[in-house]
Amino acid sequence: MTASRIDRVVTYGVLAAFAIGALYPALSILSLALHTRNDLVTGFAFPTDPKLDSFRAAWDQADFATGFRSSLLVATTVTAVSAALSIGTGYAFGTMRFRGDRLVFNLMLLGIVFPFEASVIPLYYDFKWAGLLNTYWALILPQIGQSVAFGTFWMRAYFLSTPRALTDAARMDGASTFRVLTEVLLPQARPALLTLCALVFTYTWNEFLLALVLVSGDPDKQTAPLALSFFAGAERAGDPTKVAAAAVLVAMPVVIVYIVLQRHFIRGMLAGAIKE
Amino acid sequence: MERDDPIEAPAARRGDRAPGEPRNVAWLYLLPGLAFYLLFTLGPLLHTAWLSLFDWDGLTAGRWVGLANYREALGDPLVHDAFRHSAELVVFYALLPIAIGLLLTAMLTRRPVLGFSGFRAVLFLPQIIAGVVVAQAWVWIYADQGPLNEFLRTIGLGALARPWLGSFTWALPAIGVIGTWVTYGLCMVLFIAGVQKIPTSLYDAARVDGAGPVREFFAVTLPGLRNEIVVAFVLTTINALRSFDIIYNTNQGGPGTQTYVPSLYVYQNAFVYNRVGYAAAIAVLLAAAILAVALLVIRVGGDRR
Repeated sequence: MTASRIDRVVTYGVLAAFAIGALYPALSILSLALHTRNDLVTGFAFPTDPKLDSFRAAWDQADFATGFRSSLLVATTVTAVSAALSIGTGYAFGTMRFRGDRLVFNLMLLGIVFPFEASVIPLYYDFKWAGLLNTYWALILPQIGQSVAFGTFWMRAYFLSTPRALTDAARMDGASTFRVLTEVLLPQARPALLTLCALVFTYTWNEFLLALVLVSGDPDKQTAPLALSFFAGAERAGDPTKVAAAAVLVAMPVVIVYIVLQRHFIRGMLAGAIKE
Repeated sequence: MERDDPIEAPAARRGDRAPGEPRNVAWLYLLPGLAFYLLFTLGPLLHTAWLSLFDWDGLTAGRWVGLANYREALGDPLVHDAFRHSAELVVFYALLPIAIGLLLTAMLTRRPVLGFSGFRAVLFLPQIIAGVVVAQAWVWIYADQGPLNEFLRTIGLGALARPWLGSFTWALPAIGVIGTWVTYGLCMVLFIAGVQKIPTSLYDAARVDGAGPVREFFAVTLPGLRNEIVVAFVLTTINALRSFDIIYNTNQGGPGTQTYVPSLYVYQNAFVYNRVGYAAAIAVLLAAAILAVALLVIRVGGDRR
């Protein structure tokens, strides 16, 4: 009896310890951000008198109005376009047979494995040649390419899981492939699509290397993470509370999406993980 | 995850592939997405390999050098260091999180845990936060007057306090701990999902045989999680081999070259030193390492399905 109680205490104790470990860095930077420089924070000081001054200062000094606008524009465009394209590719791989389907699908899986480190050099020089360096296009196009790779894999799995009888019946009634897609399959695809959109939005919002290489020449195009990186580099020795506030601001949109769509996130990341 | 088409078996018998005849209309749905992928993902990947065969400063005409860049890279002590650091980071990004994930899984699956989905959501949080933000949070934790050093001073271990990210000995492990923090929740969530697929009859049988929790873990849980462990290993290893965002935004490879990693070397050669061909060669080596890990998983993890 007591042994089992000790057991339970240990279980919850260890779990709580790791949960606190996961939360601590986030809470610590949030707490730092709620101070101002004059508070001379050290360690983990709980803000007795939380102030938003650092947030205001960071927002203005790091020019987050620009950064957030760029990030929002790039992330929503990439999410919407790659979701639409992935519906098409997933539909083709998930419900149809055609010459070379296996080969093309495996080719697209490669795109999920390789990071932008492996393609950023030619992207820079090709966009420079095309006059697209320091434009939103330079961020949007490659991220659509990579998101379509993941989206194809994800939507294919969805279409494979839809009951075959459903499409067969519709086809028997003489529905075109387009009508089968839009009237039979897509209405039920909302959860799968929502997961895909949440993941692509998060990845795109968080992307750093591409922004650093492709748009750092134009302050008007910089994304929120890039603005944070520059701001932190300039301000760290000066006022850490402002850097902390800036970091919290950049994380905020994704954390909000995560809190709202938590189940979708975890499901999607797991499925993405067990893709092989 | 990859499911075989349920229609495949009977259709194959008819000498036909499901559903029905091969249909060219598929290309219509495929082409727009495929075009983006080929132009902006696969194309640049191949272009990187092509560039790696040139001596090029990014401005004047390049000079064909064949495999000279690779020869130089293989003899470059900085490249050796970078890949060695990556290998050390694998311990922190992959092995440690997998061990922690297994421990948590073993505890969580032995009985229903109240508030389980809350724990899961919290432990998963580090996964979704941007690397730049994660870097700022940990720069503060490791700072001179930051929480870690203050904690050490409070408990009377002030002698151990130091600027962690600036220490020649501790910078790389300090970066590694950030990686552990980012990935252990992912490992745990993966393993818990895996445990739910292990038939309960196996656990019943183990209990009938009088196995304690430890034996039960090694005899049932661990073998049952083989696929998930392999997948976790691949994912986290890829993270370890990249790690650009965090290192660039914490100590940029320093102090000295103590936390230099291949992705940082690629970036600096290509965009700071204008050694484009050489950077491309290192990028190809990095991609090859990532592909090798991924293929290893398909090998090891694939044969049970």
